[in-house]
Amino acid sequence: MRSFARLMTIVLASAWLSMAQPAFAQQSGGSQGGTGALGAAAAQALRAEVDRLRQEFEAVKQQYGDRLAALEARLKTMDAAPAATVDVPSGAGGAGGPEGALPVYGNASILSKVFNPDMAVIGDFLGAAGANRVAQTPALEMHESELSFQAVVDPYARADFFLTIGPDGGIDVEEGFLTFTGLPGGLLVKVGKLHSAFGKVNQMHNHILPWADRPLMTENLVGGEEGISDAGISVSRLIPNRWMFLEATGEVYRGQSAIFRAPSRGDLTYVGHVRGYQDLGESTNVDLGASVAYGHNGVTPDATTRLIGVDATFRYRPLRRAIYRRFLARTELVWSRRSELAAQPQSFGAYVSGEYQLGRRWFAGARFDYADRASNPSLSDKGESLILTYWPSEFSQIRGQLRRTRYAEGTTANEFLFQFLFSIGAHGAHTF
Amino acid sequence: MSRLFLLVFTLALTVAQPAAAAGKLNVIATTEDLASLARDVGGDRIDVEALARGYQDPHFVEPKPSFILKLNRADLLIAVGRELEIGWLPPLINQSRNPKLQPGAPGYLDASLTAKILELPSGQITRAMGDVHPQGNPHYLLDPGNGRRIAQAIQKKLSEMSPNDAGYFAGRYADFDKRLAVAEKRWDGQMAPYKGMKIVTYHRSWPNFADRFSLDVIGYIEPRPGIPPSPSHTFELIQEMKRQGVKIMLVEPYFDLKTPNAIARDTGAKVLVMAPSVGGEKEITDYLGLFDYDINLLVAAIKQVGAK
Repeated sequence: MRSFARLMTIVLASAWLSMAQPAFAQQSGGSQGGTGALGAAAAQALRAEVDRLRQEFEAVKQQYGDRLAALEARLKTMDAAPAATVDVPSGAGGAGGPEGALPVYGNASILSKVFNPDMAVIGDFLGAAGANRVAQTPALEMHESELSFQAVVDPYARADFFLTIGPDGGIDVEEGFLTFTGLPGGLLVKVGKLHSAFGKVNQMHNHILPWADRPLMTENLVGGEEGISDAGISVSRLIPNRWMFLEATGEVYRGQSAIFRAPSRGDLTYVGHVRGYQDLGESTNVDLGASVAYGHNGVTPDATTRLIGVDATFRYRPLRRAIYRRFLARTELVWSRRSELAAQPQSFGAYVSGEYQLGRRWFAGARFDYADRASNPSLSDKGESLILTYWPSEFSQIRGQLRRTRYAEGTTANEFLFQFLFSIGAHGAHTF
Repeated sequence: MSRLFLLVFTLALTVAQPAAAAGKLNVIATTEDLASLARDVGGDRIDVEALARGYQDPHFVEPKPSFILKLNRADLLIAVGRELEIGWLPPLINQSRNPKLQPGAPGYLDASLTAKILELPSGQITRAMGDVHPQGNPHYLLDPGNGRRIAQAIQKKLSEMSPNDAGYFAGRYADFDKRLAVAEKRWDGQMAPYKGMKIVTYHRSWPNFADRFSLDVIGYIEPRPGIPPSPSHTFELIQEMKRQGVKIMLVEPYFDLKTPNAIARDTGAKVLVMAPSVGGEKEITDYLGLFDYDINLLVAAIKQVGAK
């Protein structure tokens, strides 16, 4: 502001000087040709004129300077004024909600800001190098952009939405569901589009997987990246006992997912899951699960698919060094039985995976894969991966994965996958 | 198949739930500090248990299913708030199947609502500042004044939930208040000679402690909250510590001592593993004991290095 005033003064002054100078020259040129007395009188008049102009200019300058100073003072008081805030209504706070005072940026929309859901965007950038003639993925792609919106609906329920935008721009509701948290009888009910509770990997979003890809078992038998994800109702309950955490989940789905396809309205998909968990000490625990999924596969009006899964996880994380050291070993086994036109192919798939935290920011892992093809158990694929992950912070990860896949056709693919994961927005809770 | 599934599931649902233990209020606190304060007020009329251990980084607790069971049976959940538990408590509450603890329900007590909160950020905050807490520093329990305020809030809450024991809780609180006042005088006496002493801490866990006992925190071993030490920051910190003659570094028990020890070798400062919470060391069993332990350790160290 002040430098602008100075610039204006210089511009005005130089403009005035450049206008005045030619006039001077003309006048003096004229005076040379005229008589001495006339010249002196003219010079005096000119001097008076110059003085008058100078005074006028000084007055204008003073006037502008005063105005600028006043404006600057006003700006300063505006900066110093405290930002308007509004108190969060009581009851809106609590688990993760805003509390205390929130700044108000505009007007009028004070309340809509308070009740906005927690929002976040998670980017999943995936690259691949090496040859794969069976299942080729792009060299570089923005594999997924996930938008999440999460909030409490009312005293009885909360809602969670996860929208994903794929590499080709299509938007999809990955999950969008209502959870009733205040039900009697120890029930937890979810309604909406869900990742079904079949096993472990099926429930995980891409960005929380410890790998850049999904196991061959998932690809061949459990519907690939989409998995068993469908519109339905999930009811789960803790089963009280004196030994361990035991939870039973029962789910009913419409029958429209990557592996289930209902020929008619009544052909629903059913999923059941039992999870047992026990602390072995403060640092170690085991997590066991058994799952079943059953539904029509759409090959013929009566054809069905039945999946049975077993999963086991062992975790070690010393509490005192929890941010530096952890180890997780996990295996999942799936048996698939499909009824098709004539045959009843029975296939098996499994993976074993381990993940070890080397330091605050480094994780190393390995995975072994085996999976029959769902419709032809005589064809089976095998694979091994080595994974190294770097965490610049809690909100981003960089991962490299060396993957060898030995396909049933006899080809072997050696690939290097790399992934950048990054999240902005509300601090999402870490899943267990 | 589907019929069998439904049968099994219905059976699972109809297993009877255990009857709640009669009489005693079941209180779960997220940290051992809060559990200790609840014990001081609630005495033998309540059962108290903490989720996170005192020697554990309270930002990074795993939401274990065994915690779901604890919350499922709780009448009251006391949380530190200010987003300290944002990474692990919300999913536990969601899965607790306990309507009493849901946000807005009477069984959820956010202890920070009555506490004196420091480092409330003003202006625009971004994650470029590290893992900042937009609602202020959640390590506020290291000011005994906050312990008193929270004990009072717990007394009020317990009296609401169990009006018959209101007199008992009021008596326990008055006793705690008295013991705390006596202890505070002792701590103030111990710390009085070291007013304005310059220290460095690993994480921003100690602003309330420093504020209460007039210590001057001139830097942090973490370049930004939640970001591990970097060589350039460590170098700058060493220069600054030498320039200002800092002789004491406070480190929480859950951080690696490699960088603090390297700084100590270079500057001659002493690394002190102070307890940020009850249970941070085995002998710290209650809230008053926490300050006894930390202040004794600090005073002994100051005398040893002869810092001013």
